[in-house]
Amino acid sequence: MSPVTVAVLAAAVRAGTPVLFATLGEIFAERAGVLNLGIEGMMLASALAGFAVTAQTSNPWIGAAAAAAAGGCLSVIHAFLSVTLRANQVASGLALTIFGTGMSAFLGRGYVGVPGSGFQATPVPLIAQVPVLGPILFQQDPLVYLSYAAVPVAWYVLYRTRWGLEIRAVGEHPEAADAMGVDVARVRYGCVIAGGVLAGLGGTFLSTAYTSMWIENMTAGRGWIALALVIFATWDPVRAVVGAYLFGGVNALQLHLQATGTSLPTYLLLMAPYVFTIVVLVIATQETARKRLGTPAALSVPYTRTG
Amino acid sequence: MIALERREAPHPWAPLAIPLISIASAFAAGAVVLWLAGVNPMAAYADLLGEPFGSGFGIAETLVKATPLILTGLAVLLPARMKLWNIGAEGQLQLGAIGAAWVALFTPIGHSPVAMLGVIVAGMAAGALWALGAGALRAWLNVNETITTLLMNYIALLFVDYLIYGPWKDPASRGFPLSATFPLDARLPIIIPGTRVHLGLVLALVAVVIVTVALSRTRWGLEVRVIGDNPRAARYAGMNLARHTLLVMGIAGGLAGLAGVGEASAIAGRLQRGLSPGYGYTAIIVAWLAKLNPAAVVIVAVLLGGLYLGGDSLQISLGLPIAVVNMLQGLIFFFVLGGEVLAGYQVVIGRRRVEPVSTGSRAAR
Repeated sequence: MSPVTVAVLAAAVRAGTPVLFATLGEIFAERAGVLNLGIEGMMLASALAGFAVTAQTSNPWIGAAAAAAAGGCLSVIHAFLSVTLRANQVASGLALTIFGTGMSAFLGRGYVGVPGSGFQATPVPLIAQVPVLGPILFQQDPLVYLSYAAVPVAWYVLYRTRWGLEIRAVGEHPEAADAMGVDVARVRYGCVIAGGVLAGLGGTFLSTAYTSMWIENMTAGRGWIALALVIFATWDPVRAVVGAYLFGGVNALQLHLQATGTSLPTYLLLMAPYVFTIVVLVIATQETARKRLGTPAALSVPYTRTG
Repeated sequence: MIALERREAPHPWAPLAIPLISIASAFAAGAVVLWLAGVNPMAAYADLLGEPFGSGFGIAETLVKATPLILTGLAVLLPARMKLWNIGAEGQLQLGAIGAAWVALFTPIGHSPVAMLGVIVAGMAAGALWALGAGALRAWLNVNETITTLLMNYIALLFVDYLIYGPWKDPASRGFPLSATFPLDARLPIIIPGTRVHLGLVLALVAVVIVTVALSRTRWGLEVRVIGDNPRAARYAGMNLARHTLLVMGIAGGLAGLAGVGEASAIAGRLQRGLSPGYGYTAIIVAWLAKLNPAAVVIVAVLLGGLYLGGDSLQISLGLPIAVVNMLQGLIFFFVLGGEVLAGYQVVIGRRRVEPVSTGSRAAR
């Protein structure tokens, strides 16, 4: 494999990482039956939080913790409105995105153009030297490694633990889960907050690892792309990896084409990830319909105990 | 004891009180954020509210901002009546501006007596086609329209960038990413001399009347409402859901496109970046606050238009970004959503009442 291909694939992994975090988070929320369209807003707020705290403390891990906390806090608003008050989940999520986008642009105005610091590439000893796979997967920064770990953990929690069983029960049949003694509201709160924390990590990855700066609206729709990838992944953390890296690949490829000076105009190349996501969404929708793999049955339906 | 108890019917004042209390609460919460960021909330709010409603000029400029909000508000409202979420009004608005610019600058129509008509038709058609993309995917392939309409916003904005940095860039703009200015024939006329209030406002109000009548007085409107309430029943009744989806999305895109025509042809006079500070997203709040009632859209659009104008003056006087307005809008949306639910309850002190039987429907929305 040529060094250029390896470099593009390594870039694909990096570009896919923020959406991978966000997609994993949304899978948890949706598996529990809560649709959260606020990912974009949470990612933006936490990208700013991560950048600002990293700049203050010179420690990107503290920045990442702040970003995760910011994402988690914002997600509580959505959980309160949609779980406790049973408000419309689409509307509440959109409100969260509008709020997070506006607030981050306002609070971040002093950080635009400020040179930041952040995570550095940290090759993993020994396996970083493996040909091809080493440079693609193991010469990345620590947050990328964290995302590698998050996937099997998410899968294990969802399919092999009691928690996961409860989460899936709450998302498929909350009445039955309730009858079994599962606290539906608590499970949903937990999953929405987990989603916020993971979106927060995706956000801080953008501002302290993928780049080292804060730009207004820097997520550029990645929160929405994550929502599409959740459907592509059929709510499965392992398939989320495929979707995220495919997206990352398209992104890396268009950046590579820009850098090598193609005749295609920059702004048309920049459209590629969005067009790609729509195409993927269309295909995924047909697949899920054909194989009857499905949306969690209680997705976006508020739960009211009857009787 | 003190308890929350479900009301049998919403409080009679709720439709008025909820938005007002929500807006007040949002401003209170916003004040905390402003104060934490080192901005004096009182000074900021004095600017924000004094500008739009304090003078004749302010009122006129408020109407200028309300115009695209009415149109994009309708563009969200109409599909929402069928339980479709059109979050793409922002992109449809941009396409409207592109369509208008194309006719005005690159066709002979731009210099003809029918230029204005041509610009309006082209802008509406471009917006409609853009929305039909997502509409067709929804109608025929059942693809989630929330995500596609939104992703298409990003594509539309990049398309504008492509045009104004590339083929449509005015050679006379000295490197700035701007199209040439529209010929005078192709500009929507000002209807109140001395202000920027333009023909778009009249067209927006006409659209409100047409949508109101069409929804309440026609067979089509009835079908749209039935599909929204109960798609299964609608299908059994022989209604063509795909056709309705396409039509509703097309009309919505056309209305949002018309908003773009106004911004490009009457306000900016050219295609450029930043034609909309996010009208297409605010439109979601407009439609929701209006409870999907087209006439109420006008009132809400004027209120939120005033907020945008106040945001402009904040930018000038305190150097704060327009994002403050978006943040406040998000907060208003939060409080309205919460307020609507809480309005279904009442505080009961000291006595317990038997829970009424028919309470299922309100929470199920």
